[in-house]
Amino acid sequence: MAVPKLEQLSKSVVQGPSLATGAVPTKDWMDIPAIFKPGNYAYQAKQEKVAYLNSQPGLSFPNAREWSPEDDDWKLPEGWKDIILKGLKERLDKFRSLKIFMDCCVRCGACADKCHFFLGTGDPKNMPVLRAELLRSVYRNDFTIGGKILGKMAGAREMTVGVLKEWFMYSYQCTECRRCSVFCPYGIDTAEVTMMLRELLHLVGVGINWILEPASNSNRTGNHMGLQPHTFKDNVDFLADDVENLTGIKINTSFNRKGAEVLFITPSADVFAEPGLYTAMGYLLLFEHIGLDYTWSTYASEGGNFGLFTNNELMKKLNGKMYAEAKRLGVKYIIGGECGHMWRVVHQYMDTMNGPADFLEVPKSSVTGTTFNNAASTKMVHISEFTADLIRHGKLKLDKSRNAHVKATFHDSCNPARAMGLMDEPRYILDHVVDNWVEMPENTIREQTFCCGSGTGLNTDEIMELRMRAGLPRANAVKHVIDKHDVNTLSCVCAIDRATLTSLMDYWNPGCKVCGVSELVGNALVMDGENRQELDEGLRTLV
Amino acid sequence: MKYAFSFLAVIALILIAGLGSQIPGMQYFFGVAIPYLAIMLFVGGFVYRVMQWAKSPVPFSIPTTCGQGASLDFIKQDKLDCPTKTSEVVARMFLEIFLFRSLFRNTKSEIHNGPKVTYESSKWLWLFGLLFHYSFLLIVIRHMRLFIDPVPYWLSAIEGADSLLQIGAPTLYLSDVALLGGLLLLFGRRLVNRQVRYISLNNDYFPLVLIFAIGVTGILMRYFLRTNIDIINIKTLAMGLVTFSPVINVKIGAIFYIHLFLVSTLLAYFPFSKLMHMGGVFMSPTRNMANDSRAKRHINPWNDPTIKPHSYAGYEDEFREFMVDAGIPVEKELSAVQDEA
Repeated sequence: MAVPKLEQLSKSVVQGPSLATGAVPTKDWMDIPAIFKPGNYAYQAKQEKVAYLNSQPGLSFPNAREWSPEDDDWKLPEGWKDIILKGLKERLDKFRSLKIFMDCCVRCGACADKCHFFLGTGDPKNMPVLRAELLRSVYRNDFTIGGKILGKMAGAREMTVGVLKEWFMYSYQCTECRRCSVFCPYGIDTAEVTMMLRELLHLVGVGINWILEPASNSNRTGNHMGLQPHTFKDNVDFLADDVENLTGIKINTSFNRKGAEVLFITPSADVFAEPGLYTAMGYLLLFEHIGLDYTWSTYASEGGNFGLFTNNELMKKLNGKMYAEAKRLGVKYIIGGECGHMWRVVHQYMDTMNGPADFLEVPKSSVTGTTFNNAASTKMVHISEFTADLIRHGKLKLDKSRNAHVKATFHDSCNPARAMGLMDEPRYILDHVVDNWVEMPENTIREQTFCCGSGTGLNTDEIMELRMRAGLPRANAVKHVIDKHDVNTLSCVCAIDRATLTSLMDYWNPGCKVCGVSELVGNALVMDGENRQELDEGLRTLV
Repeated sequence: MKYAFSFLAVIALILIAGLGSQIPGMQYFFGVAIPYLAIMLFVGGFVYRVMQWAKSPVPFSIPTTCGQGASLDFIKQDKLDCPTKTSEVVARMFLEIFLFRSLFRNTKSEIHNGPKVTYESSKWLWLFGLLFHYSFLLIVIRHMRLFIDPVPYWLSAIEGADSLLQIGAPTLYLSDVALLGGLLLLFGRRLVNRQVRYISLNNDYFPLVLIFAIGVTGILMRYFLRTNIDIINIKTLAMGLVTFSPVINVKIGAIFYIHLFLVSTLLAYFPFSKLMHMGGVFMSPTRNMANDSRAKRHINPWNDPTIKPHSYAGYEDEFREFMVDAGIPVEKELSAVQDEA
């Protein structure tokens, strides 16, 4: 899909028909149908991907078929409505959050203008409250006394194909970033609602390819990118060679090595494409610098987990590889790379789903002696925690001037910020590896941070305009510090961000680079026995 | 015009009680039967709803973290917004429930030419909400004087504080003014704020109008329509109700029955409506859980142990040759696999 020119979109987000800027639709939202046209939806999942997932033990992805959101007939299975309502009942019984969030909303509207999708599109149904009402209206109709008696008067409506289509449209215009939940007086978390909507849609075979294909890949090859073991190893070794060319340091890598102290897992995107590659080079340098006894795994070669964007069964199944591999290799603990949703899964779900990891030890840095009590049960440490601890103990030789070309700002990724509380570790690292870095405005950082606009598997090209719109609040805050402080680098601790923010910057703020914090660490590291060339752009320098 | 329905409904309720209570013999219906029924629905419904919530487990630890979590000793934890201890969670909940802390954060976003997105603090909702909820609470507490005999000292003290300004006779209660003011502001906000107007349902206007009517009838009874309103008689009825020996042996003005009927409606309506946020706010998993899920294992009662990852053995079987070629260690060497075959 062609993306509108910057000038066009710049005008459109202000003057277009948008509830965010003043245009109120004349029709009630229940009377406005969802209409799919090229560019406003992510492509439906391919039949063979759905069928593959459905064939996997423990998973259910029924109704694999050829279909298109643009068709009137979605070829829903016989009895689809009962399947949905039964699925909803089941989920109400399994998740207290869903019940409470269905019952407690008072429609105060505090969440309305907190959503990046709403700000960028002005579509009323992108107000978190209304996104939840899409489901709540059906819940009222079939599960509450008031709704059963009063019907539409009490905000209830019947489950119809139109409603289902609406669910599909708007559960894939939410990145489960939880920003609304920060402002809600009852903590209602739209991420929970979106997750349930997506789970329900999968029951009738409605899903998007950008999520199900990587998830299938991850199940089979160990990573979203579908890199087979030898390719994965080649990619990492290729990065090690690059590091050697740049610094003269020979990097030791190992794969699937039994008896290593640490298993290192990062999103496969880091070893696959720019600019994540430079972050991965940062990891390689860091571990070489401290002589860490660690191994990569080709089997558990994915930190991310697109199951999170699908249903809890698939999330559990994909995540299970981390502990399974740690156990097989006999490592002591796991270090995880920079990634947002990966850390939501690791921090809030992994131990519950696939623990207890009693075959691992409470993580203890062999370099500093620090015990990571905050990870005492999961036995998995975030690279930023690990690095900050190294810096604190003076174990890294750092030269900030090697980042002289960088004037950075820091983007809090949604999940580390709002589902983990990891905010100051990366900042502590930045303080020690770059001379110059500034914060974006306070309403756009830390727990109030804005999503890149393309999380939860929405970083697909066919919805580029939507992504650029949803990313507007983030891009705009970056622009603020570019204009004010000449910032040229947007640093972050998320692999999806590294990909999506790059597109976002190229569109809204051309010239601003995106990097992982570990790339800046790698740039600044002074290695023993190095034979470093003049690296004007750090690890990105072409030599 | 969704709010119009709410007005009509409340007017209908007023007419039912106002006229109905004047029919001889119906005083017991409106003064005794309806309040008992309402209380039963309220208590029963409230308990039922909370039990229904409690019946569903909290499978995952999903607090929304709004500050720095506990990690390394040199990184300062935000104990209120990212609690790990129970005491910290209690503090977070206390501020949420009693001071509406999340609403205090509220901002208003605007998109200006450029485009330029701006955020400014917007505390109106927080202020209106506090005004309404606390004045309502105070009024409910004041009404306890009708159900307790003798009236305890602390209750008189609260009344004294509430009528501090000593305006008029009987003295004006500040909470009465604040309640009506708060309701008008909340109602007005629903109409003025375009986003809130667009999402508002009948269910949102109705309680505002109903409580407003309760407030107005109460004020009318206290200050203006005092014919046949004798606090002694009303207290006799109230005490009779709580001691399960209700008597109505004098004529009480219609305004009292209207007031009581509206309150009964509110009580009966409460458990089946969004007003249950009063209970739900305590139970919201994003707020009432500690952010300690990496330090302590959270248990999911329906966790399915049969969901296993795609096995390493299956993975190696598919890619063994490539792995061996690339020098990646394998569990079963190629020769061993060939022997098996």
